[in-house]
Amino acid sequence: MIYILKNRFLKGVVTRHIDAGLSKDMGAAGLELRSLIRKRFGRSLHIRQVDTGSCGACESEIISACNPIYDLQRFGIQFVASPRHADALLVTGPISKNMLIALKKTYEAMPQAKFVITCGDCALDGGIFKDSYYVGARVKDVLPVVLHIPGCPPDPATIIKVLLAFLSDLI
Amino acid sequence: MDYREIISGIKNKLPDFNAISSSQSYPDEICLKVSPQIFKDTCFTLHKILSSPVMMLFALDERKERGCFVVNAVFVHPKSSQWIIVTIDIPQENPSFDTLAKSIYSASLFEREIWEMFGIKPEGNPDLRRLHLHDEVWPQGNFPLRKDFSKMNAGNLSEYKFGRVDGEGIFEVPVGPVHAGIIGPGHFRFSVAGEPIINLETRLGFTHRGVEKLFEDKICNNVVGFSECVSGDSSFAHSLAFTRAIEKISGVIIPKQAEYLRAIFLEFERIYNHANDIGGISIDVGFSFPAAYASIIKEAILQLNERLAGNRYLKKVNTVGGVLADIDEAKRLILLSSLKKIKKDFQELARMLNASVSFMDRADTAGVLKKKTAEDLGIVGLVARASGIPGDLRKYFPGVYKDAKFKMITQESGDVLARLKVRIFEFEESLRLIEEFSACLKPGEQVKVNALVRSGSALGYAEGWRGPVLYWLKTDPNGLIQRCKIVDPSFHNWQGLTYAVLGNIIPDFPLCNKSFDLSYSGNDL
Repeated sequence: MIYILKNRFLKGVVTRHIDAGLSKDMGAAGLELRSLIRKRFGRSLHIRQVDTGSCGACESEIISACNPIYDLQRFGIQFVASPRHADALLVTGPISKNMLIALKKTYEAMPQAKFVITCGDCALDGGIFKDSYYVGARVKDVLPVVLHIPGCPPDPATIIKVLLAFLSDLI
Repeated sequence: MDYREIISGIKNKLPDFNAISSSQSYPDEICLKVSPQIFKDTCFTLHKILSSPVMMLFALDERKERGCFVVNAVFVHPKSSQWIIVTIDIPQENPSFDTLAKSIYSASLFEREIWEMFGIKPEGNPDLRRLHLHDEVWPQGNFPLRKDFSKMNAGNLSEYKFGRVDGEGIFEVPVGPVHAGIIGPGHFRFSVAGEPIINLETRLGFTHRGVEKLFEDKICNNVVGFSECVSGDSSFAHSLAFTRAIEKISGVIIPKQAEYLRAIFLEFERIYNHANDIGGISIDVGFSFPAAYASIIKEAILQLNERLAGNRYLKKVNTVGGVLADIDEAKRLILLSSLKKIKKDFQELARMLNASVSFMDRADTAGVLKKKTAEDLGIVGLVARASGIPGDLRKYFPGVYKDAKFKMITQESGDVLARLKVRIFEFEESLRLIEEFSACLKPGEQVKVNALVRSGSALGYAEGWRGPVLYWLKTDPNGLIQRCKIVDPSFHNWQGLTYAVLGNIIPDFPLCNKSFDLSYSGNDL
């Protein structure tokens, strides 16, 4: 325990400022946004992620966005385990035929006032897999998508920037 | 050992053996063509004398060219550093072959795959349920990897039949396909009596995207990107196996500098994933400080990847004939200074885990995969090494690893702790290897040669962080891909997880699962 505490102090704060282009001082903009999220979503924005056939790189980058360096949670954005707790659905990957039902059911399980975000090039239109016999529908054909995060995979800074820019426009 | 010795070895055990043709197609590849009647016995004999599981078993549709299907079985012979491919022709009317699965268990999933994709029946296989094409959405009678398949025809849909455990007090707990974390989809069905798991059935295939079909009729150089998207966390190992197969077909020797660079990047891929998994294992027992620490290490390696190769996941680095990113003197200094920091952080992380009694208590004896079970299932890679099976393509086919005196890491106990230890020791070994390799770099040397793709077939391979990644390729005279068969180590190892969790309680499942950390997309293709 003492060893962990020692390490905690030695390591210090590793969190990085995200130069979002939103404002010169991201810290202040982030805080402002946080208070807006607090008002609008009742404390924080909860996202449920669903993989409909991605290769795993997008998931890895989303997890990276939550690590101590990028620390997405500081802006009041959380990833949750159940669609019942979620305000937004984040879809990665092309839609494999096998996942179509599961995707729809996940969306239906979310409480009202909900929106859908796609993450990664595959989720936009199937990406390099769009000609496959097993990839048919695009996410936007199935669900109302309001935001797309581009990249293959999008790096954590991009994920945060795009999310924050969208939310500040929305709010 | 050349193919004549292999044949005499088989003949000793199997007097009836007679090859239609046999050849040493490449220095590391022997091809034996036999008649379908002796296919089963030949494979069983090879399985015994080489003590190798079925590494690959796959079909090809050559009805247009030669009026038949072809089935290939691939074995590995570590002592002579060779792959042995047994091949048979199968007539196109009512195609079938004798099942291997009854005598060699590691063939069973491959046979189910051949049946669903080609409609070639493994005669006698007791389980022909489909793996990737789910019965609920894909009608019977559509075989997508046949050459004459163009689109799905309507037909009967049905429902998948799970294996079932009956009895008083037995509960079934279905989990997935959508899981609670930021992770791929898969369905797990637990049968529990009280707390302990008495059966686990996995149903995967949810991320099936038809990757193998997508490769067909494409020019090799244009589709390296496909191989990078088979499994996003092993994109370098996949592109390496793919490009190596093409390089074997075209007969080019890549520059030494490129060999070293590839080895360096392969080790970088290994260490960022090992750091990720070590963090994952600690978060799954609720020990979050080391997990955060590990994610800082992972991020440092990913950022180093970006500075060295221009991509965090080492995509667009490999190309046919070499690599596209060179490490010059300035980058080498960045590499060395970053490694020093990573090493220090990693030592702290390992110390933190070792010093926690409650953590060790959870990891020790949880999720044991016994050596015998692992051998029978044909488990490969890191998981096999943790169960006491020495197997590593870096040892079997050393290349540049030979001069670096690569040391293979094995553990005996086969539990979560053993898999954790293999990761920790491999991380340290990889850091050493990267240092060794970077000392061999000669800035300014050629890193790429041109390769002209001819017609032919070859097996490409790389030891990714999970285990051997295999690509078997066949090209036509125009250099277009005719067939690309991919085997990710996850395909072998998912079976291991279903045995490792038996007797453990469901709350320990995430821990066992993370200690395997298998790829959904690499398995489902």
